[in-house]
Amino acid sequence: MSYLDFILQHSPALIVAIPLLGAFLTPLVSKINNKVRNIFVILIILITTIIVLLLASDVFAGNIHTYVFGSKDLTLPIVRILFEVDAMSAFMAIIGSILLLVSVIYSWSFIDKNSGLDKYYTLVLLLAAGMFGMMLTGDMFNFFVFLEITSIASCALIAFWTNKGKSIEAAFKYIVISSLAALFVLFSIALLYGQYNALNIAVLGSVIQFSYLDKIALVLLIAALAMKAGIVPMHMWLPDAYGRAPSSVTLILIGATQASLYGVFRVCFTLYGNTINLSTASIGWIIVLLGLITMLIGVAMALIQSDFKRLIAFSAVAEIGFIFLGIGTGLTLIGNNQMFNLIGSTAMSGGIFHIINDSLDVGLLFLVAGAVYYATRETSLDKMGGLARNMKYTTIFFIIGLLAISGIPPMNGFASKLLIYESTFQLNPILSIIAILSSIMLLAVFIKVFHSIFLGPALPKFKEVKEVPKIMLFSMGIIATIIIFFGLFPDLIITNIIEPAVNGLINYEEYIRQVIPTFAGGF
Amino acid sequence: MILNFPFIAVIALIIIGLYAIIFRRNLIKMVIGITIVQSGVNLFLITLGYREGSVAPIFTSLPSGTEIPQGMAFPVPQALTLTSIVIGVAVLALMLSLIIHLYRHYGTLDVRKIGGEK
Repeated sequence: MSYLDFILQHSPALIVAIPLLGAFLTPLVSKINNKVRNIFVILIILITTIIVLLLASDVFAGNIHTYVFGSKDLTLPIVRILFEVDAMSAFMAIIGSILLLVSVIYSWSFIDKNSGLDKYYTLVLLLAAGMFGMMLTGDMFNFFVFLEITSIASCALIAFWTNKGKSIEAAFKYIVISSLAALFVLFSIALLYGQYNALNIAVLGSVIQFSYLDKIALVLLIAALAMKAGIVPMHMWLPDAYGRAPSSVTLILIGATQASLYGVFRVCFTLYGNTINLSTASIGWIIVLLGLITMLIGVAMALIQSDFKRLIAFSAVAEIGFIFLGIGTGLTLIGNNQMFNLIGSTAMSGGIFHIINDSLDVGLLFLVAGAVYYATRETSLDKMGGLARNMKYTTIFFIIGLLAISGIPPMNGFASKLLIYESTFQLNPILSIIAILSSIMLLAVFIKVFHSIFLGPALPKFKEVKEVPKIMLFSMGIIATIIIFFGLFPDLIITNIIEPAVNGLINYEEYIRQVIPTFAGGF
Repeated sequence: MILNFPFIAVIALIIIGLYAIIFRRNLIKMVIGITIVQSGVNLFLITLGYREGSVAPIFTSLPSGTEIPQGMAFPVPQALTLTSIVIGVAVLALMLSLIIHLYRHYGTLDVRKIGGEK
């Protein structure tokens, strides 16, 4: 067996284990030299990214990977911890690894003047381990553990600038919300365990009955995970956390939020997949409604903000609404085969494609906000102006992000939003009208920002402002390149990556059969 | 009825904890609320694994004449509870350290007087 096969076979464990090991080695390595530490962290993330891509290429070819800890093969009854990677998990892991890689490269110059950086990098790697664990695990309790690791690490990172009261406040809000959410996840796991004597997602999915207790568990799971993902009635922590954390951290936080979002979809489509015909319409419509409210409130709040990062954070909330709208539309139609093939699958591809587009667009804008802060030490929109003279490249990256987030054709946002508009229009025209309206409002918001930061007369206090270091421009360049590439060749991405992910979500029988080969599916 | 008593206690603990988180204005009391919710969830897990008249599931030191596995409590929920307690301690420590920092910045623990962003 070649090395490559060996790595591939153990890749689900390695993707979590390498960052975890790196996290505990970082304090030791940073004793040597700061530069060595930075290179070490980037190397760790780079290796993880390569393994993620290796695993993803194999998963997209049609093989679902299962990895059983403590045993060579599966034996029933399953009390072992088990990782199960289907196309959806692999897709999420790709997003996570891109964001992480860009973030650690960006951190090199962005945060180098701060003290306590060995702790910063340790926490970043811990967050990486937790995030990948949430995406790859096939066990409900394991999911809870990784959820808690993610929230502890990201809380400490949000409070990284402890000299600012506001950032500590944001971190406290975040930890209260996320620990409460995690406890409700644990409570619903206990409800499921008490009924079915199993913790494995596939085993639970094969026996689930949609009894009264299951309904309670479903409500608690969706509410708690949506709270972690920043869906509107529970979104109040997100603008604080995104706005007050360092920009490099915000980028990873986007990944952690997407991991919770992945949890919502895994619960709806796989865990409750067998009962989907009973639960479909109502749950799908609830998710669609949540998506609509999220979009509207997100853009409306973004309009009135005067702080650059907080404004982007509210538009990030709005973008999550688009994802919910797309996937919720798919969920409403999944019981109806004909309608699903006609509209639902398009809506699902739009929603899932938008997950990656949203994280790239919002991520790029946050990096630009970080660059502006780095150069001017200013985040208030009212006090800035005329920066396009001093920061040419940053301005170009901001324009790319602006066009992408508001869905203007040559960028990636257009591709996924068009899919969502098309499909939701056929379900109900009002849905797509609201979606287009919020997209236009997003454009308006960011034109305002563009004008007040980059255009206008040169201000005397910004005379000395220089372009940010090359390494920050480079990391913004990576994201901008991916954005333009996705925008120019959307069909390439959709056929190779998005469609396997959609199929991974819909075909819950495949997922369950990996663990229980005799499972037939349906009622 | 008497067998349902632990479940009633679970619900009561969770509701008391939620009340403390939502309505108390002191940060420390909010943290206490979270710990109460956590105790409720832990109690729920432990209760699920209990069989009437069973002994602790330590395989090497079972009393003689114990039926295996019917005479033992379920070990899995206990393992889950242990993990959950450990995680809970980490979260608690983090929250209290954040409260120390908040107190240094604002000189108060009253949520109404601390920050608040629109």
